[in-house]
Amino acid sequence: MYKIGIIGSRDAVLGFMALGFSVEEAATAEEAAKKLHAMARSQEYGVIFLTEHYAMQLEDEIARYRDLPLPAIVSIPGQEGSTGYGMNNLRRAVERAVGADILFKNNEPAQSENEERNKP
Amino acid sequence: MAEIRVNPTRMEMKRYQTRYQTARRGHKLLKDKRDELMRLFLDVVREDKALRERVESALKEVYGGFTVASAVSSPKMLEEALIYPKKEGSLSVDYRNMMSVNVPVFRLQVHAEGNADHYNYGMAFTSGELDSALRALNGMMEDLLRMAELEKTAQLLAEEIERTRRRVNALEYILMPQYLEIIRTIRMRLEENDRGNTTRLMKVKDMMVQAQMEQNAMADEDEESDPATGA
Repeated sequence: MYKIGIIGSRDAVLGFMALGFSVEEAATAEEAAKKLHAMARSQEYGVIFLTEHYAMQLEDEIARYRDLPLPAIVSIPGQEGSTGYGMNNLRRAVERAVGADILFKNNEPAQSENEERNKP
Repeated sequence: MAEIRVNPTRMEMKRYQTRYQTARRGHKLLKDKRDELMRLFLDVVREDKALRERVESALKEVYGGFTVASAVSSPKMLEEALIYPKKEGSLSVDYRNMMSVNVPVFRLQVHAEGNADHYNYGMAFTSGELDSALRALNGMMEDLLRMAELEKTAQLLAEEIERTRRRVNALEYILMPQYLEIIRTIRMRLEENDRGNTTRLMKVKDMMVQAQMEQNAMADEDEESDPATGA
């Protein structure tokens, strides 16, 4: 049985307390990094949500856990609203896999995907 | 391409031909694997994209609700209302095998105490905005977890695709041409040896014929001169 963690600024994470998430407040990026590592190393967490604001600054730290099956570290928009960082992340995963951004640049995924697949 | 020194023998050639065939089969298999991974990956990413759009806009509304709630009630009260959860959310994690990539599957398990609504506070001191924000957040939980699952899956698949692609390319552009080159070299060396052999044989035969002819000529001469001496 795994816990669900969330790290972020106080205002952003307050609501998640009521859902039974394990909430950690972080006022600075360093603090968030420390808490992130503590959570990830404890092996008790299946998913760790992280507000975008911190996710952006802790990119390298997050990358360490990227290729492990657990925990899944997911960025969610903080209180200031979505910055598009999460989408950007997804786009980079596509680029890594396909070698080109085929899903977000143009809005006809079906066609571009076929082109991509027909390449040798 | 780096020159590889091999014995130009038929046996060596046969060996490299076998290796080439194996490489070609492996290449085809890996290519199929890559294509299938790609298909799965794109499905996952597309779903994740849609989900993320939904979650992000829903979350925005939830935050808005909390902001209003914190404006109308004191921070202390708000915290008091939220800090003790009536239920505990946890996850059970299964693994699913997607083209031999193990990806996690999250299932939400909620342990609730008593009557299981999601308001863990009395209604008297809190605002209605808080109620609706919490309700919305509660409704998002499944989506949030599904999103986490999809994003992790996407990352793991992306890694596997990258690795498979490298292998396919290594086979296609390095190993297989190298084998072909080696086979070609050996075949040419063998043919060259063959030709050398043939010409040598022809030369030897020529020499033998020449010698024979000279001998015959000499014998003829003797025959011609013999009666002269006899006469």
